[in-house]
Amino acid sequence: MGTGHAHALYVHEHSPIHHLPPQVKIAGAVAFIFSVAITPREAMWAFAIYAVAIAALVRISKVGFGFLLTRLIGVLPFIAFAFLIPFIASGEQVDVLGISVSRDGLWASWNIIAKATIGASTSIVLAGTTEVPDLLAGMNRLRVPTLFTSIAGFMIRYLGLIVDEIGRMRTAMTSRGYDPRWLWQAKPIAASAGAMFIRSYERGERVHDAMVARGYQGEMPELRRRDPSVQEWLTAAALPALGITVMVIAMVAT
Amino acid sequence: MHAPDGFLNAGTAVATGAVSVGTIGVALRQTREVLKEKQIPLAGIAAAFIFAAQMFNFPVAAGTTGHLLGGALAAILLGPHMGSIVVTIVVVVQALVFADGGLSALGYNVLNMAIVPAYGGYALYRLFRRVVPKTGGGVVTATGLAALGSVVLSAMAFSIQWLFGATAPVSFAEVFTAMVGVHFLIGIGEGVISAMAVGAVLASRADLVYGASDLDRAQLADSRKVPIRTFAIVGLLAALFFGAVVSQFAVDNPDGLERVAIDTGFVESEEDHALGNSIFADYATEGLENESLSLAIAGISGTLITLAVGWGIFAAVRERKPKQPASV
Amino acid sequence: MNLALEVRDLEFSYPDGRQALGGVDLAIETGTRVAVLGPNGAGKTTLALHLNGILRGSGVVTVGGLELNDDNLNEIRRRVGIVFQDANDQLFMPTVGEDVAFGPANLGLRGAELEARVEAALGEVDATELAQRPPHHLSGGEKRSAAIATALAMEPQILVLDEPTSGLDPLGRRELVQTLQGLDLTLLVITHDLPFALELCQRSIIVDRGTVVAEGPTAEILANDALLQQHRLEMPFGFNGSALGDRSTGS
Repeated sequence: MGTGHAHALYVHEHSPIHHLPPQVKIAGAVAFIFSVAITPREAMWAFAIYAVAIAALVRISKVGFGFLLTRLIGVLPFIAFAFLIPFIASGEQVDVLGISVSRDGLWASWNIIAKATIGASTSIVLAGTTEVPDLLAGMNRLRVPTLFTSIAGFMIRYLGLIVDEIGRMRTAMTSRGYDPRWLWQAKPIAASAGAMFIRSYERGERVHDAMVARGYQGEMPELRRRDPSVQEWLTAAALPALGITVMVIAMVAT
Repeated sequence: MHAPDGFLNAGTAVATGAVSVGTIGVALRQTREVLKEKQIPLAGIAAAFIFAAQMFNFPVAAGTTGHLLGGALAAILLGPHMGSIVVTIVVVVQALVFADGGLSALGYNVLNMAIVPAYGGYALYRLFRRVVPKTGGGVVTATGLAALGSVVLSAMAFSIQWLFGATAPVSFAEVFTAMVGVHFLIGIGEGVISAMAVGAVLASRADLVYGASDLDRAQLADSRKVPIRTFAIVGLLAALFFGAVVSQFAVDNPDGLERVAIDTGFVESEEDHALGNSIFADYATEGLENESLSLAIAGISGTLITLAVGWGIFAAVRERKPKQPASV
Repeated sequence: MNLALEVRDLEFSYPDGRQALGGVDLAIETGTRVAVLGPNGAGKTTLALHLNGILRGSGVVTVGGLELNDDNLNEIRRRVGIVFQDANDQLFMPTVGEDVAFGPANLGLRGAELEARVEAALGEVDATELAQRPPHHLSGGEKRSAAIATALAMEPQILVLDEPTSGLDPLGRRELVQTLQGLDLTLLVITHDLPFALELCQRSIIVDRGTVVAEGPTAEILANDALLQQHRLEMPFGFNGSALGDRSTGS
């Protein structure tokens, strides 16, 4: 059973970034990540500036460097892939520590590692400074349909319960000596997934009843709406403004 | 499977993003009236189920484990529109809340993990349903085959995106063979588990299986197989056949994209004499002895995916009679 | 006699043909606390879902003189609060405070008025400090209190509770009794927990196979061993039900 997933990344702290309205943070993070993604890989100095910006962000937001590093594990498989590229790639070969590798492959490797790490770090700071319901409310304010964010809200609310329940089913199976090693022994697991689906569905019906009992008529009340001030938009715009400026200069320079 | 930022180039990220937003927009509009009322909490908790199912490890071989991707399963249980919406929400929340998968990579991640497997998987399901008996056993078999196919479609979709948006000197042909080969194997697990899960739901609450709503009670009760084991063996043979082409890829712990990414590392690349093709990423067409063959493969795969997804959407729109299951 | 709730000849069958209610008649006086007893599958929860029109059978449901129909569903739902058996079904919002606000927000309340309503409802169950907490991490007793507050926030006339003691530890159960005794409301309590019914409710009814089979003061009902046995009910070990015959519960 995987774990990491069921726990949101939120770090309970009070920082200027925590207090920004969620929609400006989401918009800022996405714009910044895109400008990083567009930045030409040859402009190493640009990535150095991005890294400094991220470090400042981590500092101001108080999410902590240790937290950032442990959460970056998610991108490791891709970084592993990136490290292999220089060895398999074609093109002009150069010697690094006595090993012949592809120059172009080295660049490709650097490109994926740099962009994936900066992108993931930005996401981690965003998720680390914004509570999940606020993230959803922020998406809402950015014109993501309510239908979409409402469903996401219910998903997050009930995910923990379902994961716990699956854990209990697994414990019950293990306690009766079930230790499958091959795919054809997986039937009890699949059957429990089926049972889990039925239970989830029935819970959905009961939750709906509980909502209707309190006057629900198809529209979720918007209880977390917060309209940002111009000042807050400007604060949040600092990061993407930096990103876009650096990216443009890098594009022109290379 | 959750690609990070910068894995494909920015143009591809934006283009796939537009396709994803458009498709999910259609799905949301199509389901709006039904969703408005009862289905919002239902869809949310079903999404939690799919999310949890992706964390759910099952044994593959000799103690190694895999996990479900769930796109086809969601579409068959909930209907293709709702299935793709639900899986999309899972992917978006994974990126936004859990920093799993890049925010700028959401376009292709949603396309490959939600839209293609859900709509494509549902189209395959309808296709297979035509050749299997109209029974509960038929539903189970078609689910298994569709789930297998959905994973392969998804791998093809990624390969095609690589053709346009490659960021590393690994050719389309290499990515395609590795992705599709490994996903054939992953698909067997996906197919078997999805089929058995749907079988379990059919056995106690057949009314909850969207893909079986055309069958009556007597037909559903007939769960004579169309043996799952035969299906598994056929699937395995097909995979082995493909595996012969890509025999260098180990079976040990196939975990999707990551695995391919690593395995690809052992593919020997040809000499480079890139033909320099404007709309395709240089990398993807680089080092091919026969570029036109690659492009033909890409074209055929692209057509297949488009047809499958398009048919899935079409089938969904045509079938959409808000089927209200018995309320309890 | 001032009736808070009146049910006449209520029948309901599920779409698969199973009959759940076979002509229920019920009259509950304003301000009383009534226990609804009965074995599993007797139709108790189904009955509760009819009281504010979540399920609609044939027959008449009248709440505080207002007969339930398609046009007054919202007003009926405001008048009848239901506390569901699994508090997790009732607490679906990110925090307890938002959950309590859900109902009154649906009634159109906003801003300070809404906040005051939430504050008051949480205060009634002594749970003001839970407002900011996410429901996932609450204890069983806290979840139950929060769930009751979500219903109270609608300012109902009748509160219907479905198995409120399930999953509570003894102390939680004690606190629940005190909370419910402190409410100035008509209560309908569906329960298997006979001592709980005895302690809280002046009157009891027994529902079995979709109809009301007995009705009377709780002590009298629980003293009737034969009646209890006939409907798969039993006082817990160590309790002498028949000795209750001459004891009267407060009214």
